[in-house]
Amino acid sequence: MTDDGVSIEVDGLVAYWGERKVLKDIDLTVRHGEIMVIMGGSGSGKSTLLNHLLGLLHPAEGHVRLLGRDLARQTPLEMLELRRHMGVAFQSGALFSSLTVAENIMLPLREHTDLDEKTMEIITRLKLEVVNLAGFGHLMPAELSGGMTKRAALARAIVLDPKMLFCDEPSAGLDPVVSSAIDDLILRLRDAMGMTIVVVTHDLDSAFKIADRICVIDDGQIIALGSRAEIRASRDQRVQNLLNRRAEEATLDTDAYLRRLLGES
Amino acid sequence: MRAAVIGLADKVGRATVRGLDEMGFAATLLGKAVYWLLVGHRRRQPVRLHSVVQQAMDIGISALPILSVLAFTIGIMLAIQGIYTLRMFGAESRVTTGIALSLVREFSSLITGILVAGRSGSALAARLGTMKINQEIDALSVMGIDPVRYLVAPPLVAMLIMVPALTMWSHLVSLFGAGLYVSAELQISLGAYAGQVIDALRLSDLAHGLAKSVIFSVLITIVGVVNGALVEGGAEGVGKMTTRSVVHALSAILVTDMIFAFAVTR
Repeated sequence: MTDDGVSIEVDGLVAYWGERKVLKDIDLTVRHGEIMVIMGGSGSGKSTLLNHLLGLLHPAEGHVRLLGRDLARQTPLEMLELRRHMGVAFQSGALFSSLTVAENIMLPLREHTDLDEKTMEIITRLKLEVVNLAGFGHLMPAELSGGMTKRAALARAIVLDPKMLFCDEPSAGLDPVVSSAIDDLILRLRDAMGMTIVVVTHDLDSAFKIADRICVIDDGQIIALGSRAEIRASRDQRVQNLLNRRAEEATLDTDAYLRRLLGES
Repeated sequence: MRAAVIGLADKVGRATVRGLDEMGFAATLLGKAVYWLLVGHRRRQPVRLHSVVQQAMDIGISALPILSVLAFTIGIMLAIQGIYTLRMFGAESRVTTGIALSLVREFSSLITGILVAGRSGSALAARLGTMKINQEIDALSVMGIDPVRYLVAPPLVAMLIMVPALTMWSHLVSLFGAGLYVSAELQISLGAYAGQVIDALRLSDLAHGLAKSVIFSVLITIVGVVNGALVEGGAEGVGKMTTRSVVHALSAILVTDMIFAFAVTR
């Protein structure tokens, strides 16, 4: 955390996929202990933004600062060090299929600490309890349900007690009950551990349940940023479309299309 | 016609650039793997012995049965062909020298390289490719674990240990197979055959075969890793790149073998 209480700072971020500009001058600040939800439709650029926050992609223009450190200026070793303060739960879980759930959770401890085996096992058990997976550590990832995979991924993400937690679509593909349990878990993590949490989702119920602030992205631009109430009150049509789960109205002129098809002027 | 020529030149140019790009990527991966092997401990990011041993078991110990069968067969085949050829000149008594030199300098390392490329190189490509599409490599990166240290350095070390070791084993088994046939066909004892083999071989012949196996180790690992890392598009992509990995590794092994033989033997 920096002195001004800011954990994550994005400044003038521009990104391209080939020739296409997918992020257009993004400015975003996430304060310490805040849950920021990034929302948007498919292809809006939210996952690209997340990958820039994680340092998996490099900005074409602009800066991403985590804990006051500009990602573009970090050496690979400094980046490895910085990443010890980050926990990430990927959409697919990204658990290592050749390791058991417990071994997956233990991996960051094994790689980054000098703890003895017994202590690592205790910490792993505690984290499994936090995500309500106590007793499932011996299973292989392929034996877990979707919700259990997401929770195991969360347990691995928090095993080093990171300062920042990033979750990519934590409730995607889950039924409402499991999805709600994941939301409660995220809230508990923030309250108990004071983490700064960034959640990328298109699940409205989840977003409005957990967010301190919501950032709505469309076509690579932030079209709304504010508290839940501010987002609900937004007069931007695109925000309202997203909130009301409406696709933008098609503007196709059927007659003109048919004329073109028939080769008429 | 002109458009076809331009199209062909365009394709060749793009393929060349892609090839050079992959070679650069391979060199970078190799450099990084060596870096982590040398300085990993000082950076508190060591290459884990446990991973190396696990890989060595997969690459080496599990391959012993099939390698033994192949080496034994090659040994007998070489003995059959050698005796058949030399009999035309009435020189079949000299067959042991030919067998020993051919097996130790050429065939043992080649058959071991081909086997390991088909078995372990392809498995490495498939494993890395699957990890890539499942975001497991991204997960390693964001956990502060360098993927090259964790995924490339251990198989590289394991290959560097196990491929020469398998080549040595292949020497023994293939020479034994050849010996059985020679002793039966030429009515000489296995002891006499072994004596002839020892007389025929010099240390440099052993070094020749082992040096090649070290080069094959690096080639198999890097080709597997590069193809695994370039996987795109799900399960179909994994299958495609795994096949590509085997083809590339075999081609690399054969071409390198020829260049090595040309450079060292002449």
